[in-house]
Amino acid sequence: MSCCSVPVPIPSAMPAEGSARVTKANEKSRIEHLLHERIMANSSAQEDGTYKTEFIVPDMHCAACIGTIERELVKAPPVEQVRANLSMKTVSIVWDPAKGRVTEPAARLEALGYQYHLADNTEKRPAKDKTGQSLLLALAIAGFAAANIMLLSVSVWSGADYETAQLFHLISGIIAIPAVAIAGQPFFRSALKALRAGRLNMDVPISLAVVLALGMSVFESLTGGEEAYFDASVTLLFFLLIGRYLDHLMRKKARGAVERLSSLSAKDGVLVDAQGEITHIAVKDIKPGMRLRIFAGERFPVNGEVHSGRTEIDRSHVTGESDPVLVEKGELIEAGTLNLTAAIDVRATSSAQNSFLGEMRKMMAAAEQGRGQYVRIADRMAQIYAPAVHLLAFIAFVAWMIASGGDWHLSIYTAIAVLIVTCPCALGLAVPVAHVIGANRLMQNGILMRDGTALERLATIDSVVFDKTGTLTSGTPKVISVSGLDDENLPVLKALASSSTHPVAKAVDQFVGGQTGVMLEAFKEIPGCGVEAQYQGQTIRLGKPEWVAEISNPERSSQLSAQAQEWPGETTVSFAIAGSPMAHFCLHDEIRQGAAKAVSELEKGSLRLEILSGDTPAKVRQTADAIGIANFQARQTPADKIHHMEALREAGRKPLMVGDGINDAPALAAGHVSMVPASASDVGRHSADFVFTRPSLLAVPLAVDIARFTDKIVRQNFGLAIVYNCIAVPLAMAGFVTPLIAAIAMSASSILVVANSFRINFTARGKAGKRNISATTSPAIVEVTS
Amino acid sequence: MNHLLILIPVALTLGLLGLGAFIWSLKDDQYEDMEGAAERILQEDYPAD
Repeated sequence: MSCCSVPVPIPSAMPAEGSARVTKANEKSRIEHLLHERIMANSSAQEDGTYKTEFIVPDMHCAACIGTIERELVKAPPVEQVRANLSMKTVSIVWDPAKGRVTEPAARLEALGYQYHLADNTEKRPAKDKTGQSLLLALAIAGFAAANIMLLSVSVWSGADYETAQLFHLISGIIAIPAVAIAGQPFFRSALKALRAGRLNMDVPISLAVVLALGMSVFESLTGGEEAYFDASVTLLFFLLIGRYLDHLMRKKARGAVERLSSLSAKDGVLVDAQGEITHIAVKDIKPGMRLRIFAGERFPVNGEVHSGRTEIDRSHVTGESDPVLVEKGELIEAGTLNLTAAIDVRATSSAQNSFLGEMRKMMAAAEQGRGQYVRIADRMAQIYAPAVHLLAFIAFVAWMIASGGDWHLSIYTAIAVLIVTCPCALGLAVPVAHVIGANRLMQNGILMRDGTALERLATIDSVVFDKTGTLTSGTPKVISVSGLDDENLPVLKALASSSTHPVAKAVDQFVGGQTGVMLEAFKEIPGCGVEAQYQGQTIRLGKPEWVAEISNPERSSQLSAQAQEWPGETTVSFAIAGSPMAHFCLHDEIRQGAAKAVSELEKGSLRLEILSGDTPAKVRQTADAIGIANFQARQTPADKIHHMEALREAGRKPLMVGDGINDAPALAAGHVSMVPASASDVGRHSADFVFTRPSLLAVPLAVDIARFTDKIVRQNFGLAIVYNCIAVPLAMAGFVTPLIAAIAMSASSILVVANSFRINFTARGKAGKRNISATTSPAIVEVTS
Repeated sequence: MNHLLILIPVALTLGLLGLGAFIWSLKDDQYEDMEGAAERILQEDYPAD
């Protein structure tokens, strides 16, 4: 989870050209004020006037982290209580607004070097894990009852005399009745729900077997019978509850990690009133016509029309095009677009529901409905298994009635014995244990999963559809070639490039590397052109070639066109000191680490691959050629993408959609199963089945491998359970099953299934080791073609 | 037979004590953060709370 961090977007201090300049101190307090409001929006008020805020801290992973965070945060004046939760990677603080601002602990957290996100506390969600607690309680009660009854049963089986056996049965009954009543509830409830809906699930035969075993044993004990199945009913519950609890733990972990990640910027906007004063406003309260200020580094909360200022925007999440676009007064910008260079004011043209984002959400909901309900493999099994078992018990009853000449007691006894031995204990464990181990393998490789059915669906895919920008590529440009650069100018270039947050400047900065001691003056960023500053009285520029050419030595400007032809579909930027020759940098949207290898591995797994991108054909072709995917389509709108996914599904294919943008979100929902990188837009990340948190695209083939292997194990487990039944059922129908045999047979089959599931660990680990998916901290491997 | 009458209640009482202790720990939220609990014992000067 440690690299799944979209950094907290602190609004950067970059006043728009022409707008009133703000002093540094004012700017700082304004940023702090906005941050405060944002945190407040995600905090919940307690009864005693204090507030509770939860931060998600992905990088917290050891004892030292917990200690440092708790010790440092409690020193901040308003903080009364700090508690770090390592399993959920959260830090919750209780603080008193009377004693200070919540930005203080937040700043401390940042100063300690931990990136944080705000956990969404505004939704009504229980603070504690109630389901998990009640399952653990049921598990504890079933465990207690199973252990004690088993002790008594063993002495009965090893030959206690009649009176002792009767006494032991009585005591067992006293323990078992309340234990089954409490611990059996998760199964009884689910069985009742299924029956009311007119369906059969695994819990129906489970509940029936447990209740009948208990009822018959009580009857036998009271009437002085020889045999009782108290131990069978409680051990059954015990084993099954282990499966349920594991299943629950897996879901909780996956959900907690993915769904509660709420980015700071998503919830509010900055409103500018008629006097030019700025206030904070929740996104849902934004109405068309309001004037909003969007700072550099922030996303547009709603659709808007530029009112004043000019800036460059990054539409890669919205349309898939990777190049920044210059926008000026009157131009329309979709919600979700990233503002790159300067703060601008826009007039809202939509409310949150009607914005581009809202429309995408509606399309997603429609696509999800169209996909239809996926039936879990366990439920499909239950639809065959439950009627079969009930039929067998009924046949046993009728056959014994005929054979014994109408002996009711013996016939019912045998029928119930059939139900008890066929109780799907091993079947109940077959899926959850395999899925929990599979999910753990994924998590160790930085892949988070939303629920168990995702793993089942991933195992059945036959094609993979990729988005380009941000998925196959990293979404950030990288310098791939340079010409005409004089080494003497490096420190000056470094100083200029590092002054800007524009992705192109950052790429140049990264390319130059090293340190600089050069001081620049009069630095300014000109949207659509580049950055400019004064160095020793001379103007220096980094930006668009034509713009830089204005100050450079004109003799060398002819070089540009030749170079531009050499790399079609690339971005070229130039650098020059006034009067001297220009240097050119060629940038390319960097291909995601491991992409080519991932593609070849997926193809080896006989999957059909294709690219659906909103970017220009030239750029898509280049990426497709570089990583070896033959099928691609460019200039795809969100609607095109959905239609394509639907067409695939109608053709009987089961596509995995891998994408990251807001424009991919409906297609993600329309796919058979979906996967996104952690850098994906909120809307995509919340709907995806899998999120991979490491930079490498190798996560995709790895996840497919683990899913397929887990699926194989699940099927083997079902096979084992069926073999067990083939042996046990004839014995039970013949009337040979005693409580002792039932106890041994059921435990043995459960243990066998669990042991088989653990093979997922060993086999998949070997593969993962060889793949060498790099850790979060390792530098990105550059894979470029030119 | 007589010793059974003493031993069985003793065994059950001990079992119930264990169950009670578990339920208490559950209500005390001790299972909310299993990984954190494992790491916290490594803290030498960890403040009691």
